[in-house]
Amino acid sequence: MTVLRDDVIAWIQAFAAFIAENKDYLTQLDSDIGDGDHGTNMDRGFQAVCAKIPQLADKDIGSILKAVGMTLVSTVGGASGPLYGTFFLQAGSAASGKLELSLGDWVAALQAGVDGVIMRGKANPGDKTMVDALGPALQALKDSAARGSGFADSLRESADACERGMTATIPLVARKGRASYLGERSAGHQDPGATSSHLLLRAAAETWARQEN
Amino acid sequence: MKKLINKPEDVVKEALQAMALAHADLIKVSYDPNFICRADAPVKGKVGIVSGGGSGHEPMHGGFVGMGMLDAACPGAVFTSPTPDQMLAATKAVDGGAGVLHIVKNYTGDILNFEMAADLAKAEGIEVEAVVTNDDVAVQDSLYTAGRRGVGVTVLAEKMTGAAAEQKRSLKAVADICRKVNAQGRSMGMALTSCTVPQAGKPTFDLPEDEMEIGIGIHGEPGRTRMKLKTAAEITEMMVNPILEDLPFKAGDSVLAFVNGMGGTPLVELYVVYNEMAKILAGKQIKIARNLVGSYITSLDMAGCSITLVKMDDELISLWDAPVKTPGLRWGI
Repeated sequence: MTVLRDDVIAWIQAFAAFIAENKDYLTQLDSDIGDGDHGTNMDRGFQAVCAKIPQLADKDIGSILKAVGMTLVSTVGGASGPLYGTFFLQAGSAASGKLELSLGDWVAALQAGVDGVIMRGKANPGDKTMVDALGPALQALKDSAARGSGFADSLRESADACERGMTATIPLVARKGRASYLGERSAGHQDPGATSSHLLLRAAAETWARQEN
Repeated sequence: MKKLINKPEDVVKEALQAMALAHADLIKVSYDPNFICRADAPVKGKVGIVSGGGSGHEPMHGGFVGMGMLDAACPGAVFTSPTPDQMLAATKAVDGGAGVLHIVKNYTGDILNFEMAADLAKAEGIEVEAVVTNDDVAVQDSLYTAGRRGVGVTVLAEKMTGAAAEQKRSLKAVADICRKVNAQGRSMGMALTSCTVPQAGKPTFDLPEDEMEIGIGIHGEPGRTRMKLKTAAEITEMMVNPILEDLPFKAGDSVLAFVNGMGGTPLVELYVVYNEMAKILAGKQIKIARNLVGSYITSLDMAGCSITLVKMDDELISLWDAPVKTPGLRWGI
């Protein structure tokens, strides 16, 4: 199995649909420990991304991801704009010129994206941020690839690890972002950024791993 | 939700259009990306000062664009940081050849977006410095949080920094004034009610009729404690004492004292608070050299107030007294 650029576009559209469906849920999570705009901001950004997609259909995968990143940087605002924007810009750089992605290419793209998020947001594991979901997802993907699992299985394992990482943010005390102002009061709430990060990788697994081969 | 709006998603754009109409002598507004700049920008040989942040805090920042204060302001969506393309366009529009200072309130989104914008502006050959304001004593300052929030001191820093820039001081000297005001300023806020973001349609948090939140942030972020409502005298003491202890302010100090309304509190109540604050400061032999009373850094329709004190010296007093001509602050002209 390889991922073609149409599959990449389908992934972005599936993530945009997940965001739209979960807009109020993400905003509610953010109201609990942040400033209550995560769902609205992400939805605004991905509506702008979807409007751009017709212009991207003939581009290589790197260019598609970079265009998504630039659109997010200029439409989302908040902390999630630069963070998701940097994720897609860096993943796009790693996939530069490619018309299809092997499992190894996706590992490299996800690695670059996650590194970009860590560089921009300076969060460490355990700070109750999207890094706590993306980090385990990347590790699971690498482990699965190293064991010789197929692309589809690796994507599912990656999304499952992402989900566990997301859930594991619940007891954490936030050390980055607006939630950190709550101190101990931030414990007991799931991090909204980790939640949208899980939707990102769940969308990849559900879109790309449909055809099992 | 009960608001004077057409559509929630149009609030920021319509307010910008109105500012351009109402204050055409002072400012001009650019769209896509959105920013407000001085009508006469760029001012040759003067450091340009750019600030910005989420909307909903009016008159900050757009109302402080004009002679003697900001050269440009970038409004984001309500309570949402603006984006780097806005700050980049604003930075280019106000660059008079002496460099540009970004005044950034300490919120993760604002910091990340301004950092990206500064990187882009530097890549285009513009000298950029950034000063982060972080004056909210309600927040514990430690390595394990995002640090203190930038609140009331931002307004005062923008005024004094703008005056320093107007004297054609260097970028470093102008940034130093901003850093000094921030370093010598402390704030604390409180809320009597929540606030409602137009696009959310319901209050950001629940606060029972007979309770208040001490240490509230300007986006409705929870503060230090929630308790039953008390008298203005008791509330003012709960805000002023942590401020005084934190710097600390001492007998003999001169201060700029700022009592700010959160948006939903009448001026008469702010004066009641000012009165209590003046009594406390007099009792500690702290002199109010200058003051500002009114709603300048707001939180939509939240009822409540904040107090900011800045330790002043002769230089800062002269910068405070210098002429300013903006939609939101105007004197000396």
